[in-house]
Amino acid sequence: MDILVIHLFNALLYASVLFLIAGGLSLIYGVMRIVNLAHGNLYAFGAYVTAWVVGQALAGAHPVILYLLLPAGAFAAALLGAILEPTLLRPFYRRAEEYQLLVTFGLLMILEDLMRFFWGPYPLTATSLFEKMGSLKIGESVYPRYNLLVISIGVLAAGFLWAFVYKTRFGVVLRATSQDMRRASAMGVNVNRVYIQAFTIGCFMAGLGGAIVVPGQSAVLGMGVDALVLAFVVVVVGGLGSLEGALVGALIVGIVREFGVSVFPEVELAVLYLIAVVVLLVRPAGLFGRTA
Amino acid sequence: MSTVPLTLQARSPMKALPWAVPVALLLFALPQAIDPYKTILLAYGLVMGIAALGFNLLLGYTGLLSFGHSAYFGVGAYAVALIFKYFHVRSMELFLLGAILASLVVSALFGFVCVRYTRIFFGILTLALSQVLWSLAFKFYPITGGTDGLRVPTPTLLGLPLDTAGDKILFLARNYYYYVLGFFFACVLVMWVIVNSPFGKALQAIRDNETRAEFVGIHIRRYRFVAFLVSGVFTGIAGALWVPLNGLTTPDILYWPFSGEIVFMTVLGGFRTFSGPIFGAVVFNYLKTSAVGFTTYWQALLGAILVFLVLALPGGIVGTVVQLFPMLKKRFSR
Repeated sequence: MDILVIHLFNALLYASVLFLIAGGLSLIYGVMRIVNLAHGNLYAFGAYVTAWVVGQALAGAHPVILYLLLPAGAFAAALLGAILEPTLLRPFYRRAEEYQLLVTFGLLMILEDLMRFFWGPYPLTATSLFEKMGSLKIGESVYPRYNLLVISIGVLAAGFLWAFVYKTRFGVVLRATSQDMRRASAMGVNVNRVYIQAFTIGCFMAGLGGAIVVPGQSAVLGMGVDALVLAFVVVVVGGLGSLEGALVGALIVGIVREFGVSVFPEVELAVLYLIAVVVLLVRPAGLFGRTA
Repeated sequence: MSTVPLTLQARSPMKALPWAVPVALLLFALPQAIDPYKTILLAYGLVMGIAALGFNLLLGYTGLLSFGHSAYFGVGAYAVALIFKYFHVRSMELFLLGAILASLVVSALFGFVCVRYTRIFFGILTLALSQVLWSLAFKFYPITGGTDGLRVPTPTLLGLPLDTAGDKILFLARNYYYYVLGFFFACVLVMWVIVNSPFGKALQAIRDNETRAEFVGIHIRRYRFVAFLVSGVFTGIAGALWVPLNGLTTPDILYWPFSGEIVFMTVLGGFRTFSGPIFGAVVFNYLKTSAVGFTTYWQALLGAILVFLVLALPGGIVGTVVQLFPMLKKRFSR
C-alpha cells in the first residue's frame, strides 16, 4: 500500500515539473504559434541560476532566506525570455515555420554553451535545501518532504495560471490574440506587448520548473535537451497550445514513466514516444487541442 | 524571403557539366595533394553530403522539414554494427545492403505515419519517432552496447583483401576515400535524375501548391511517401558509409540534436539548390572540426552562425552565390 502511495507521489512529482515546462511551451505556441526548441534550455537556465544563487548564499544564511531564493531561477529565465523575444524571435513571425525552428535550434546551441561558460562543465547542486526538510514516514517507508513541496508548487502554479488566463483582463486579451491575432490587433490590442508577455510567462514557468527540480537532482549540461523531448511528448499528447492538455499530458507522462521505470525499464522512454505517436495518429490535434 | 528564387532551376545535365567535371576531378585528385588527416575529413564531409542530399529531397523539393533524420542515419550505422556483431561479416557491400534494407523498412514504417502531416506536426512527429529508436539503442545494453556503442573494424572493400598492411589511417585516406567518392558520385547522379524526373517535378508542385497539385491529379500522400523512402535510404547509406570512418557507433547519432546538424548543414549550403546541401555538409564538417579545435564553446559559435544565416542569408552559401552571380555578370558586362 505505502509503496503505491510513494509511486503515486513520484508520478505527481514528475508531472508537476513536466507541466511547468510543457505548459510554458504550450502557452508560447498557443499565443505566438512558435515552437521554441530552446525552451528546454530555459528550464536548465532556471536550474543553474537557482543552484548558483543558493550556493552563493549558503554560508551562514538563514534557512528561510534560502527557500525564498528558490524562485530566483524562474525570474532569471523570465528576464532572459523578455530579452530574447524582441531581439531574436520577432523578425521571424512573418516567415515560414521552418525558419523559426532553425533559429530556435541555433539559440539552443548558444544557450547550452553560455551555461557551460558561466558555470563550467560540472554539475551544480543545491542539495542542502532538499536535505534540510527531512523526510516523512509513509507506513513503513520514508519519503522526502521536499518532493511534496515540489508537488504543491506544481499544483499552485497550475491554479494560478488557470486563474490568470481565464479570470483576468489580461487573460482575455491573451486568449483573443491566440484565437485571431489580426482581429485582436484591430480591436486595439498591442500584439507585440502580448507576445513579449506570453513569452516571458512561458519562460518563467520553464525556469520555475528548473528551480524546483535542482535541490532534488542537480543542474547538468544537456538537461534542457533531454527535457525538451519529454515536453514535446506532453504537448503532443495534450494538444499543442492547450494548457488543460499540458496538465493532462503531464499527468499521463508522469504516471506512465513512474510505472514504466519499475515495470518495463528498457522500453520506458520508447513507450512514452510511442504514446505521442499514437495520439498524433488518432487525434492529430492532441486530446485537448483545437483542430489544426 | 522574397529575394530567394523560389524555383529550383531545372538545368539540363549538359549545363551542369562545366562546373561538375572540375569539381569531380578535384575530388579525385585531392588525396594526392593533401595529408591523410584532411582526406579523411573530406570523406566525412562527402558522407554527410549524401545524408544532406537525401534530407533535402524532403525539405527543398517536397517542402517537409524533418527533425528526425538521425533515425535513418543511425539505422544505417547500427545495421552495419549489428551485422558485424552477429554474423561476423566484414564485407562493406554486405554492410551497405543490410543498411539499405534496414533504412528502407524503418523509413517505410515511419513514413507511413509521418506523411499524413505537414509543417510543424511533421517536424515534431519525425522527431518523436527518431527518439523511439534513440531510447532503444540507449537502453538495450546487451544488444547495442548502450552509450559504449559498438565497435566495427575496417571492412573489406569489393571483396579484396586489405592491402595497406594494417595501416588504418592510410586505408581510410586512400582505399576507403575512393570507395566513398564512388558512392558519392552514384548518389549525386541518382538524386539528380530523381529531382529532374516527372516524379521530382510532381514533388515540387506539391511543395509549391498542395491544392493545385491535387487538382492536377497528383496523389499527394503517395508521392510524399515515396520521397520519404528515398530520403530515408540515402541517409541510411550515409550512416553505413560513416561507420568505418568513425570505427564506432554510439546512440549520439540517433539523438535529435544530430538531426538538427543535418538540417543545419543543408541550410548552410542552401536548401533551394541541388548542390547546396553537399557544399553545406563539407563546409559544416570543416567548420565544426576547426571550431572544436579552436574553442571549447564551438557549439555557441555554430549556433551564432546558424542564427546569422537564417537572419541574413536564408539562401545559404550556394543560394547566395547563385543570386549574386547574375548581378556580378551584369556589372562586369556594362
